[in-house]
Amino acid sequence: MTVQQTDIIKAIKDRLGAAAQSVEEMKNNDIMVVVEKDSLVQAMHTLKTGEGLRFTTLMNQLGADYRDSLAVIYNLYSPTLRQKVTVKAFLDREQPEVHSLENLFRGINWYERETYDMLGIRFAGHNNLKRLLLPEDWSGFPLRKDYVYPESYGGIETGRTDLLDNPISAGKSHV
Amino acid sequence: MSKYSTQEMVLNMGPHHPSTHGVLRFILQTDGEMMVKATPDIGFLHRGIEKIAERVPWQAFMPYTDRIDYLASLNCNLGYALAVERLAGISVPEKAEYLRVIGAELTRIGSHFIGAGAMLLDLGAVTPFVHALRERETFNDLIEMLCGARLTHNYVRIGGVSQDLPAGFKEKCLGFVDHLEYEFLDEFNDMISYNTILINRLANVGVISAEEAEDYTLTGPNLRGSGVAFDLRRDDSYSIYDRFDFDVPVGSGKFGVLGDSYDRYWVRIEEIVQSCRVIRQALKQMPESGEVRTKLPKLFTVPAGEIYVRTEAPRGELGYYIISDGGKNPFRVKIRTGSFSAMTIIEHLSQGVMVADLVAIIGSLDVVAPEIDR
Repeated sequence: MTVQQTDIIKAIKDRLGAAAQSVEEMKNNDIMVVVEKDSLVQAMHTLKTGEGLRFTTLMNQLGADYRDSLAVIYNLYSPTLRQKVTVKAFLDREQPEVHSLENLFRGINWYERETYDMLGIRFAGHNNLKRLLLPEDWSGFPLRKDYVYPESYGGIETGRTDLLDNPISAGKSHV
Repeated sequence: MSKYSTQEMVLNMGPHHPSTHGVLRFILQTDGEMMVKATPDIGFLHRGIEKIAERVPWQAFMPYTDRIDYLASLNCNLGYALAVERLAGISVPEKAEYLRVIGAELTRIGSHFIGAGAMLLDLGAVTPFVHALRERETFNDLIEMLCGARLTHNYVRIGGVSQDLPAGFKEKCLGFVDHLEYEFLDEFNDMISYNTILINRLANVGVISAEEAEDYTLTGPNLRGSGVAFDLRRDDSYSIYDRFDFDVPVGSGKFGVLGDSYDRYWVRIEEIVQSCRVIRQALKQMPESGEVRTKLPKLFTVPAGEIYVRTEAPRGELGYYIISDGGKNPFRVKIRTGSFSAMTIIEHLSQGVMVADLVAIIGSLDVVAPEIDR
């Protein structure tokens, strides 16, 4: 027996209460839950352990830059309901910080590190918040929309020239 | 008490180590032959694919998806195409769906051959790798007939596939899957899979319980090796996988404990048989003629919105989280790969094993470096 998506949306609304700013249907049989960043840990805990919810599987974690604010996004899956849910929390652009969820999902450690590496979102309580993919002396966070490409790294210039020796600036769009 | 004392030693493994495919680095803390901990250091193959996605038009990102996992590029194409199609509401012609499934399952077979073969190579058995590559050569030929490329296929397009089947493909493909299922795999298993040395090297090594596997977000064959019967093709079906009859092989502790390295290896061998079954059914059901690609406008845009689409790639869940702002480029693309999550468990698994077993563990998790770093 499969539970209707509208019932699941209602159940999430009931459980999360005021913590959820909005709960709505999303494309690809998904539910988007927007929560306040201070209640993120509580909301995720409820989603994971709540009776009739049990979103126990973390599928994916990412950060995104929406220009006016940053956001952390979590994709969860409930094997019992066979339902996906996407949890989003908007963060302040100047002080992007949210609590780490490592106590809930052990595998999230590297995802949070990657999000920090690419977008500079800090995870409070993370045990090893260092850059993951980029070198440790890299400056800036590349997936931010206002990222400025470095002109050189480690003594190697990043600029190139085209066939007519005109400089192509680093980070110029391909088209 | 012994008059000899031991002390911990820190060793560097990689980035150019023969048993770390691609460039992967481990910092090993060892006490003699025993390992205290292995800490992975990744990022050597980071090409910024997610950043590139924000700078190229929707369709132009397709060739870059080949480079996420070069051993299963068609599966990476498929995941991206599905995500964009579902966000934009594009339907795919019937025949293209079959061609996608055939391509994806062929790629899975080719990828599992490399996965199993390379692991055996790391363990010191060079010959099986050559046998696996010999069979993979036929797969390369088939894919070359299909799309002209042998490694980075770039076959799937948003709204379909690039071209129809060439003449003679069907017969050759059927011959290949029959040869695999009824001849080659029996020979391969007799020679290698049931070999006592291999069983001793893999059984009871690197045991992952089902709870641990789910906790560390393992997916695909690594999760199924721990006995969890979860396959996205069946449990969150996409494309036309619901039309085919196939089994989901899971680990059973065949020669050791449930969830050991041998189980993960064995799940891959069994998946090759299941892929053969799917290909055979797809070739039979596929319509003879028809469009293979939906016409899209020249200036292709996707309505603003967000979507997360996941597919079952050979190395586990391949998910694309795509945000569109309605422009001609994607606004944000996040690629979640199976190897990335498989790497997160290695530090935990490596505690207290022999150095030689680390190689078996990495091999049995079937990690591919470009997929970790993207």
